[in-house]
Amino acid sequence: MSNKFIGQSIKRVEDKRFITGKGRYTDDIVLPGMLHAHFVRSPYAHARVVSIDMTEAKAMPGVIAIYTGDDVADINGVPCGWQVNFRNGETMREPKHPMLIPTGSTAKHAGDAVAIVIAETKAIATDAAESVMVEWDELPAVANPAEALKPGAPKVHEQFPDNTAFDWSLGNPIEEVDAAMAAAAHVTTLEFVNQRVVPNAMEPRAYIGAYDEMADKYTLYTSTQNPHLIRLLMCAFVLGIPEHKVRVVGPDVGGGFGSKIYHYTEEALVTWASKQIGQPVKWTSDRSEAFLLDAHGRDHVTKAEMGFDADGNVMGLRIKTVANMGAYLSTFAPAVPTYLHGTLLQGLYVTPKINIDMTCVFTHTVAVDAYRGAGRPEATYLLERLMDLAALEMGMDPAELRFKNFIPKFDGVNEPGYQTQVALQYDSGDYAPVLERGLEMLGYNDFRAAQQEAAKTNKLLGVGFSTYVEACGIAPSAVVGALGARAGLYESAQVRVQPTGKVSVFTGSHSHGQGHETTFVQVVADKLGIPMEDVELVHGDSDTVAFGMGTYGSRSLAVGGSAIMKSIDKVLEKGAKIAAHKLECAEGDLTYDEGKWTVKGTDKSIGFGDVALTAYVPHVYPAGLEPGLDFSSFYDPANFTYPFGCHIAVVEVDKETGKTTLKRMIAVDDVGNVINPMIVDGQIHGGLAQGIGQAMFEGTIYDENAQLTNGTYMDYCMPRADDLPLFETDRRTTPCPHNPLGVKGAGEAGAIGSTPAVVNAVIDALWSGGHQVKDILMPMTPERVWRAMNN
Amino acid sequence: MIAETRSKPAGRSPLQTAAPAKPLPGVEPGSVTLTVNGQAKTIQIAPWTTLLDALREYMNLTGTKKGCDHGQCGACTVLVDGKRINACLTLAVMHDDHAITTIEGLASPDGGLHPVQQAFIDHDAFQCGYCTPGQICSAVGMLHEGHAKNKADVREGMSGNICRCGAYPHIVDAVLEVINKAEKQP
Repeated sequence: MSNKFIGQSIKRVEDKRFITGKGRYTDDIVLPGMLHAHFVRSPYAHARVVSIDMTEAKAMPGVIAIYTGDDVADINGVPCGWQVNFRNGETMREPKHPMLIPTGSTAKHAGDAVAIVIAETKAIATDAAESVMVEWDELPAVANPAEALKPGAPKVHEQFPDNTAFDWSLGNPIEEVDAAMAAAAHVTTLEFVNQRVVPNAMEPRAYIGAYDEMADKYTLYTSTQNPHLIRLLMCAFVLGIPEHKVRVVGPDVGGGFGSKIYHYTEEALVTWASKQIGQPVKWTSDRSEAFLLDAHGRDHVTKAEMGFDADGNVMGLRIKTVANMGAYLSTFAPAVPTYLHGTLLQGLYVTPKINIDMTCVFTHTVAVDAYRGAGRPEATYLLERLMDLAALEMGMDPAELRFKNFIPKFDGVNEPGYQTQVALQYDSGDYAPVLERGLEMLGYNDFRAAQQEAAKTNKLLGVGFSTYVEACGIAPSAVVGALGARAGLYESAQVRVQPTGKVSVFTGSHSHGQGHETTFVQVVADKLGIPMEDVELVHGDSDTVAFGMGTYGSRSLAVGGSAIMKSIDKVLEKGAKIAAHKLECAEGDLTYDEGKWTVKGTDKSIGFGDVALTAYVPHVYPAGLEPGLDFSSFYDPANFTYPFGCHIAVVEVDKETGKTTLKRMIAVDDVGNVINPMIVDGQIHGGLAQGIGQAMFEGTIYDENAQLTNGTYMDYCMPRADDLPLFETDRRTTPCPHNPLGVKGAGEAGAIGSTPAVVNAVIDALWSGGHQVKDILMPMTPERVWRAMNN
Repeated sequence: MIAETRSKPAGRSPLQTAAPAKPLPGVEPGSVTLTVNGQAKTIQIAPWTTLLDALREYMNLTGTKKGCDHGQCGACTVLVDGKRINACLTLAVMHDDHAITTIEGLASPDGGLHPVQQAFIDHDAFQCGYCTPGQICSAVGMLHEGHAKNKADVREGMSGNICRCGAYPHIVDAVLEVINKAEKQP
């Protein structure tokens, strides 16, 4: 079958509405009679609600209703979607996040809500919320996960005095790892913080609940990455309303990066309130609320040790990490430090012995959950920092150290997948070529000469490497079920051929920047041999799309695209039966190409459109065959997919000011087959921007009262157009052996590989200037780099 | 008290919109005529209504986006007499004698895209599209300013507009292409 569109940089078909201001995001939607909500929130990270006085607020003209925790006592708190039990078997501690904190209970992070005020306008709701008088009893609070574990630390939940949600280990028995480390010729030890970052989608979260009394049906418009998942969680676990009476729509969504996967209390509250009042209720987060309340990412405190023999071969890896979960367990949160982090800690190196020890703790902060990369950036940061530091300590070349330790090539077809020490079986990998290509693009030999020259000046030069492997295309349902997931991670797709041969494709994947309306259509048009204009992609509405698990974990094409492929196969199989009947031949005598079935060796053929029409006007039709040409499929992946790559950063460090300038950023990624190179480039660029952002600019700052002190764009440094170099990217292609398109996923790779490369480059620059520092805290501000050189 | 206020909806027509003449009790709205994308329209707003809220909530022009409402992200960038400004940092009443252009007004009436809009498509200069109206208006404003000549200029000139999707390399390519094409013309 010929590919006209697959592999081509087709311009995005969805673009026109966005560049003309016609994108329709949730906050753009106005429903008749729509009211506006504003929340009364805790100004403290930890405080008991003594009393709530709503007298003045309720009397304000235009105020429709105010609800507090007592009014919503019947609504369940938001549950967690993943269960990771303690290693001794004790059940994961799972405090549910209440809708609103009732009088007598405690708010457990700044911004926890105590009341929802609903009014005719946003301004009235805001003013009335200001007039709700809450008497608070402030309590001590803790934001740092390592501090939360210390005896006497403020307790987040009274019933869990050690602040521990669960602990977890993976890998070889600790005795074996201890023995391997004891026998090592060199052990590199690194204690570091992978700091907390804020996802900061440019569209703040927005929700509209609307109840139709006549149909007894709710509609929720929500800025979500997965409408069906929200419907399932909200109906079955929170509001206790029947799922068929709820429609969830995720219209255009302005970026997610993980933060819009989760079910948030505000979604359920506006849905519930719309029935109480009988009018639609909208809530749109402001930027301060987004900083305070969107689930954050990362936040690990780690001690990592890597042992080497005298030749530089890795002998063992020993890791002890404390991971911050925040005050409550968000939807996917327990999976992130465990199954999306611990399982990736072999990286792409042969490592005989590995032990991982995770302690996951509650603090008085908003929940931490999956943020672009979700666990894999933390794993890659750990491994790649160790590799470059070990090379410096052992006087070896960091590239050579990697070549020496790479897992040998395996394609997953002729050679089996690679079984790691930490549970995963990589599907296919060929690691040396991405590093070879990266070194070629860098001009490595010339770089080292330039670095030596620079060391004599005030501007030090450094290079940092990062070679990563990650796990995408999540995930085989049986596997994740065994690991604690409370859901399957398949995807659904329906391919509906209309009587005229035009095609509507319904996918459970949700596009919020990924370009599905183009990429998926490229696939369908090629496989059916019809023009792209004849295919429409429908997504984001639980009333039109049968089911879906949504978009995250770089899964859309690998899992959602595979489900579409299954439905296309069914369409073509039935189409062949109809074609054979019309052409009076056996199905086996037909070939399908360029949108028509042809009898082999003849010029007799019938087009796709004619077969479609016949399926709906079945006058001359195979006996016993149902009319219609419309198929649904569910695809449950056989394995994760494992993209990999090499990221190289070149920095210049000003010795006098500590200012770091990122001069070059090279990324050679192998994401499997590529459907639209232009879109993949954009995904890689975006990931790099966020990964570099973490290394150089971003990070939450909490004070001793667990207050976020940098919750604005003036205080939290976002990467901007002048902060980043123009990226140098290239690709290698190792197809995924276990899905029909051979694709692996590209959405998170940039954020996974780049962060350690940038930090390694600064460390390398400092060593070239004679400063043998092991670590610089991220973000690497000029002050931190200057102190590293001057302490 | 709550019972009283909640009894209100029953008496309302379900089609009555929630946007009332009085944004806040006690605040008398004033009449302001804004000329946006060549069309003059008179709206009744409170004096403290920002240009951004006036566009989005009173003129049904939702293409201009609210990203932070503090002038720190650039998503609300519009053109006032050809100059780019953050619509969230200025009051609507200050602009009754100005020509305002939003993303909806950049294309020509026959639907022909502005060169910057076309370049954004050609260079894949966005992903989720939320910051895009602000990016495009900012780029058009920067072109009017006439200072940006090269990549470094464009990167600095566009640094007021955050794109969390990280499309900066393609945004810079798109804007540079428009600059280069304009220079080639006599």
